[in-house]
Order: sequence, then structure tokens, then C-alpha cells
Amino acid sequence: MPKVTFVQFTGDSRTVEVPAGWTLMEAAVQNGVDGITAECGGGCACATCHVLVPPEWAARVPAIGPAENDLLECTAVPRTAQSRLSCQIQVSAALDGLTVNLPERQS
Amino acid sequence: MSIVIVGAGQAGLQIAESLRRGAYEGRLVLIGDESFPPYQRPPLSKKYLADQMADERLYFRPLEQLEKQQIEFRPQTRVTALDREAREVVLATGERLPYEGLALTTGTRVRPLPVPGADHPAVCYLRGLDDARRLRERLPAAARVLVVGGGFIGLEVAATARAAGKQVTVIEALDRLMARAVAPVVSDHFASLHRARGVEFRFGVGLASIAAQADGSFTASLADGSSIEADLLVAGIGVLPNQELAAAAGLECRSGIVVDEYARTSDPRIVAAGDCTWHINRRFATAHRLESVQNAVDQGKIAAASLLGQSVPYQDLPWFWSDQYDVKLQMVGLSQDHDAALVRGEPASGAFSVFYFKTGALVGVDSINRPAEHMLARKLMQTGAVVPPKAAADPAFDLKTCLPPA
Repeated sequence: MPKVTFVQFTGDSRTVEVPAGWTLMEAAVQNGVDGITAECGGGCACATCHVLVPPEWAARVPAIGPAENDLLECTAVPRTAQSRLSCQIQVSAALDGLTVNLPERQS
Repeated sequence: MSIVIVGAGQAGLQIAESLRRGAYEGRLVLIGDESFPPYQRPPLSKKYLADQMADERLYFRPLEQLEKQQIEFRPQTRVTALDREAREVVLATGERLPYEGLALTTGTRVRPLPVPGADHPAVCYLRGLDDARRLRERLPAAARVLVVGGGFIGLEVAATARAAGKQVTVIEALDRLMARAVAPVVSDHFASLHRARGVEFRFGVGLASIAAQADGSFTASLADGSSIEADLLVAGIGVLPNQELAAAAGLECRSGIVVDEYARTSDPRIVAAGDCTWHINRRFATAHRLESVQNAVDQGKIAAASLLGQSVPYQDLPWFWSDQYDVKLQMVGLSQDHDAALVRGEPASGAFSVFYFKTGALVGVDSINRPAEHMLARKLMQTGAVVPPKAAADPAFDLKTCLPPA
């Protein structure tokens, strides 16, 4: 199973295994990783699963869709060039080893 | 110290985890009457029904996560009584669980179809995972689906069934869709959307009876004398709060278990949260019951705080959503008693919002395929921003400028 690492704003990090087809958001929530709220349960409707994807991974994660792009304007911590919604990133073998950073807060 | 939570849905799990986050270290029992770990309900009428989501993805947490937090989860466990004098929860097995604090998160159950023939095997409901499984098993063999009730559940099921190639008819007793929740412009938009996908509607007429046919199908007779033949019937005509345990224990109930703005029942040791409560939210002048994820989560947090001896008043902003086909409807606030509804954007474009005002104040916003506008509306309402109705109706006006300075 691909492994991904979530780095908290405080610097604490957790690495978890992700079953194929799950989203980054689900991987975090199911493993009790703090710092991802995901109020809407993955509907691309709330902007509370904000993560920062480092530039070296940017080309390997799926592209930002129009709905995600709009919602990224509404995150609690303002958007940066690395911002993504983790419910929109499906984890595949290509993302094995991905490390993402979490913003200070989600709401 | 021991806290017992009766009901393992979203509100019950929220209370359990909020208690642990609030450094509660005593015994914590979470009782559910179903056989599954706590799960999300919203996908049941959407992705789960469309067979695009495995059971494990519905569950909020794997069971190990509950164990790790020392939450004693008891599935398939029925509570028969609350003994408030002895401070014990009585189980169907006769076992008695002592408590110092008790939370009731018993949710709701579907309102059964009140017509002759409603016990026909083709009649399905959608509330729990068992219901969803039964419906999902029956859907493939059905060519014609009759949906009773043009509310959120009925329309989401209609959309899923239509996407699966079924012939779908929806009957709605009122004259428009989602009538209690949205303005006519939104009802009309969704009626057009469903019609364009091939759904047929019958408005202003109720179901009178269901008669079995020899081949396993049925004939539904409507109140106007007409009839519809179908293979599967899905009823989404509302829910009833599970308040019998509370009422039998002498706790005050109306259309739900009565709680104050701190989620406390008429017994200070007992809180209640989620769909089952008749509650006070400081934002509103009157009490009400709300069936939503937002209410389960936010009121759950308030209830946990009360169990920890804190007094945090409930004043969160209500929000809801519904997915039908590829269209997302997001709602914020409570717009029922608005006196003006202003459309922002062009409904024909497929993406617009409706801003609801009451005596000039913004009381709610429905957004169709405009998630960013929905989030902005939440910010506007949360901050108490003053939004002039004229500005709301003018797509060229940047509503962000109405936000108070950060």
C-alpha cells in the first residue's frame, strides 16, 4: 500500500498506509490524523481539508478542478501556490512517499 | 466516573471524541443498536447507493481508532430504559450501566407510509445502512422506480436511480420540490434538471394505496384516482425523532427531546444532541429540530462541553447540502420565514445563489454549483456582515467587501 506522511503545523508528523483509491483526506481522517476537519465528508464543498503539497510533488498529484479551485479561495488559512483540498487527491502507487504539510487551522 | 452515550451516529461519536479531547479520562461507553461502526449517512443516498463506495469508506474510523481512544463501543445493543434515580442505563439483556453523565443521541427513524399495502416487499426506505443495502440490492432488478416525496432524500435517490438507467417517477404532495427548505426558483431549477434527465413528476397528489401484482411489481393508486405501475418504491416522507426512551424517563419532549442552549435536557446530568433534539440556538428566537451533519457535530461539541462542566452556548450557523447528478446544492442559515428572496447569477447558466432576507437582514443563502459563494455566504453570516439586498442581487458587486475588516 502507498504510504503518505502528514506534517502538522507544529512539526509533528504521521505516516500512514493508504488503501488504493482512497483520498488523502480519508487516509487522514480514518487514521485519526489531527488537523484535517473535512466537514462535508469529501464532497468538495467546505474547504476544511486544506493541505500544502510541496513543489516536487505538484506534477504528480491530480490537477486542480474548477470546483476545488473556487473553494481554495475560501480556506481558513489563505491559499498558497501549494494549496490543495485533500479530498480531491486520490492516492495511487505514484504517490507512494508523498509528504504534505497541514495549515495552522481549517476553520 | 462513567459517561454513557446512547446512539452511535455522528452526534454520539462527536461527543465521545470531544470528551477525550477535553481530557475526560473516565469510563466512556458508546452504545449503538446497529451492527456497524459509526458511519456517515450522507453518502447512503448518493455514492453508496450508486455502488461507488465500499462499506469501510462509510465508517468514520476503523474500530482500532475507537479502542485507542478508550471508547467502549457496544454495537447491536438495545437500551430499554433510563433509570434516572439509580443513574443507570438499562439494556435489553438486563445489564445495567451506571452513569454520572448521560448523552442521548438517538437520532430519528423514517416516517412509515400511512397507506394500505405499504408492507409490500418492493417498498423501501432510506435512513440507515441496512436500508441502503436493501435498496441497493433491489435496484438492479427494478426497471421502474416510484419515489414518494420530493424532498432531499427522494430527489437524491431519483437522481441515482435515473443515472442507473431506471424509469423514475416522483410524486410530491405539495406543488413544488423541497418546498420546506428552498425558494420556488430553486425548486423550479431542480424540477427542470430532473425532467431534462428523464424523471417524471406528479405534484399536488398523494399516494392512496399499493396493490401487489402477480409478477412482484405493484400498482400505486394516487389520491386523484390515477395509478402508476412500478417495480420498486422508495418513500422519503420525513422522519420521527427517537424520543421514547427520554419521554418514558420523564424528560421533557416536544417534537424531539427538549434541550436548552447548552444541550442539557430537563435533567442536568443528561444532555442530548443531533437530529433527536428540540433545541435552542442563540441565533434564533424559537426552538426547532434540525436534521443535519452540522447540527450533529456542533451540538455534539456543546453537549460534550456541558458533560465536562463547561457552559458553551450553541450559536453555530446551520448549513446543509444535497448532491443531485453533478449539481451541488449548498444551504446556509434558515430561510423559512424570509420576506425577500433575491437571485444572484443566472439560473439558466446552472450556477447561481438565492439570498434570503427578513426585514432587510440576511437570514440564509442557497447556492447551486457555487461552492465558493456558499463559503463566502457562511463567512458573511458568521461575521454578522451587513449585506444590502441590492448588492446581493448584483453579480458585479464584490460581496467580500461586505465582510468586516479582519
